[in-house]
Amino acid sequence: MDNPFRGFYAVFYKETLHVRRDFATLFFSLIIPILQMLLLGYGIDTNVRQINTVVYNADGRRESRELLDRLRNSDTFHLVRFVNNDKDLNDAIISGKCRVGIKIPVDYSDKLLHQMSAQVLVLIDGSDSSVAGQAINVTTAIGLDESLRRVLVNSDAPFAVDMRPKILFNPDSRSPNFFLPGLTAVLLLNVTTFLTAFSIVREKERGTLEQLFVTPVRPMGLLLGKLLPYLGIGFFELCMIVFAMRFLFSVPIHGNVLLLAFLSLPYIFVSLSLGILISSKATSQAHAMQLAFLTILPSIFFSGYIFPRETMPRFFYILSYFVPASYFINITRGIILRGATWAHLWTDGLALFLMGSFLLIIAARRFHNKVIMA
Amino acid sequence: MPPTDQFAISANHLVRRFGDFTAVNDVTFSVAKGEIFGFLGPNGSGKTTVIKMLTGLLPLSSGSAAVQGIDVHDDPEAVREHIGYMSQNFSLYSDLTVSENLTFYGRIYGLAPDRLRRRMDEVIQLNGLGPYINRLSAQLSGGWKQRLALGCAMLHEPTLIFLDEPTAGIDPVARRQLWDLLFELSAHGITFFVTTHYMDEAERCSHVAYIYYGKVIADGTPDTLRELPDVNPPGTYRVEISAPHITQALRAARTVRGIRSATIFGQSIHALIDDTLDMDHLRAELLKDNVTVAEIRPLAPSLEDVFVELTYKHQAAAQEASRG
Repeated sequence: MDNPFRGFYAVFYKETLHVRRDFATLFFSLIIPILQMLLLGYGIDTNVRQINTVVYNADGRRESRELLDRLRNSDTFHLVRFVNNDKDLNDAIISGKCRVGIKIPVDYSDKLLHQMSAQVLVLIDGSDSSVAGQAINVTTAIGLDESLRRVLVNSDAPFAVDMRPKILFNPDSRSPNFFLPGLTAVLLLNVTTFLTAFSIVREKERGTLEQLFVTPVRPMGLLLGKLLPYLGIGFFELCMIVFAMRFLFSVPIHGNVLLLAFLSLPYIFVSLSLGILISSKATSQAHAMQLAFLTILPSIFFSGYIFPRETMPRFFYILSYFVPASYFINITRGIILRGATWAHLWTDGLALFLMGSFLLIIAARRFHNKVIMA
Repeated sequence: MPPTDQFAISANHLVRRFGDFTAVNDVTFSVAKGEIFGFLGPNGSGKTTVIKMLTGLLPLSSGSAAVQGIDVHDDPEAVREHIGYMSQNFSLYSDLTVSENLTFYGRIYGLAPDRLRRRMDEVIQLNGLGPYINRLSAQLSGGWKQRLALGCAMLHEPTLIFLDEPTAGIDPVARRQLWDLLFELSAHGITFFVTTHYMDEAERCSHVAYIYYGKVIADGTPDTLRELPDVNPPGTYRVEISAPHITQALRAARTVRGIRSATIFGQSIHALIDDTLDMDHLRAELLKDNVTVAEIRPLAPSLEDVFVELTYKHQAAAQEASRG
């Protein structure tokens, strides 16, 4: 008699045994989505709040300080920096440290006291359209509110506080201009991390790594030798992405392309080192893949690629400083959209280089202690 | 210290602990230059751990070891410069060709280009790899992979080569050829440290040691081991019994008084017998159980007999110790 379900019970029995024996794997594969949900649920706030704001208060008297208090109390702006000239005001925005600049003119209080209309300049980084829109709306509303209060007191008063927004970059708010530079960082990370992680785990699986350890090769020699060819490949990938962005999606590049190319190197270096670190832990290519995915999610959600970093709760904002993509997204958007120069971005490049070196040293130590000496 | 020592390896009281577990327990042995040293023992007995300690990959918990006259604790890198190592899975890059694999390992050992070229020619010649130099190593058969792996391990002219189960999973002809090659290289003064499960390979070694759960329980030439008193208890001798119905004969033999142990070996039985029971009596005893015997003749112990006897003895001693 031919029973098409023959063996069902035996396989079912065996499979439940597997699940029970390897409970830890099951537990982690079920708990990770929950963890990710918690992270993303708490970490992401699509309302734009706490935008980093630079202030040039040329006036400095009581009226101007009152205006700043109102901006501060709006929860939309986070006044992080106070400068004394136009150049510093501009630089703070071009370097990506601040997205909004407020300039209160030297005669602001005088004009208000003499019942005249006073203008306040609001510089807005237009590279993120949601931030720009929110900044325009809130500053205009505060100006309006401030004016109305004065009109209520004295009906002869003119429209007193005139907020003048000026969108600095990406004035038409084209979304490719905003998304593609960030996407560059995410795509690059994806490719490079996998490349090195797989190349070493493959050697573990084949047993060739064990053979290498019996030779005089040193961990750093091994890891750098692994890393360098993929640095070349990652760099080539970057060139293709930038080329496609410029010529297929017509995203104008305001800064120096060579600077972008140069500053991409430390970023690729970080991603490759991360891959190597993963490979020191992973026992199989499937395991390496899982770990690599874990690193990619934060790079998408906590790097400012989709949601502005400033809007995140404090914990996640601090976390974003440890996400390499945060720095590189600032570099790509800085050079491509804001025309930032070396002077604005060298700190981001340095941060990436230090991170990469740190990760590589950790990886080399792990290789020495956990992989070779095991 | 220059490697002028007469020993290629001298291991003194090696101990390696992993937490509470002692994987290698007071292991002492030495390997003279030019020997083919067979290191035997069941899986998990500590063979690989000892190799890792001798190649500087695993720190010693206590004891000391010198390889080629260099202390493995003081200068593991220098040790690795002077040895070759071939693992049981041959550790080749399957997507590289034969000559690319050789070039890679040559460069790892820092061979200058002209020396590398000369050594590659020599190794290709010696291992007969000539016809395959441009073939991907993935496409080689087991025996050729093993020859290539050996070639990679000897490119930098080491005078000591570790072979970790070099013949696991390859065909008998390739096995025979490998041993021929080892003898040839050994004649040129290269020392080999070989681990194996095959007893016939152990018999070919000039020096063997047997490790059992972290302790070396036998160490010497195959002939001296065969003559150990533990293996040949006083008042006993060994015989080989040939019989047509071998399993039936074994069952009967085990009931005969005076037979201390009996095991099937191919188509015959190897038995350890008291002197008081001579061969004619043995034949008669077996006949009582309706077992007809074709032939009984005296036999020298094989290395397998040696290791089995020593293992039993060791287990008995260990049980005694745990009871006491």
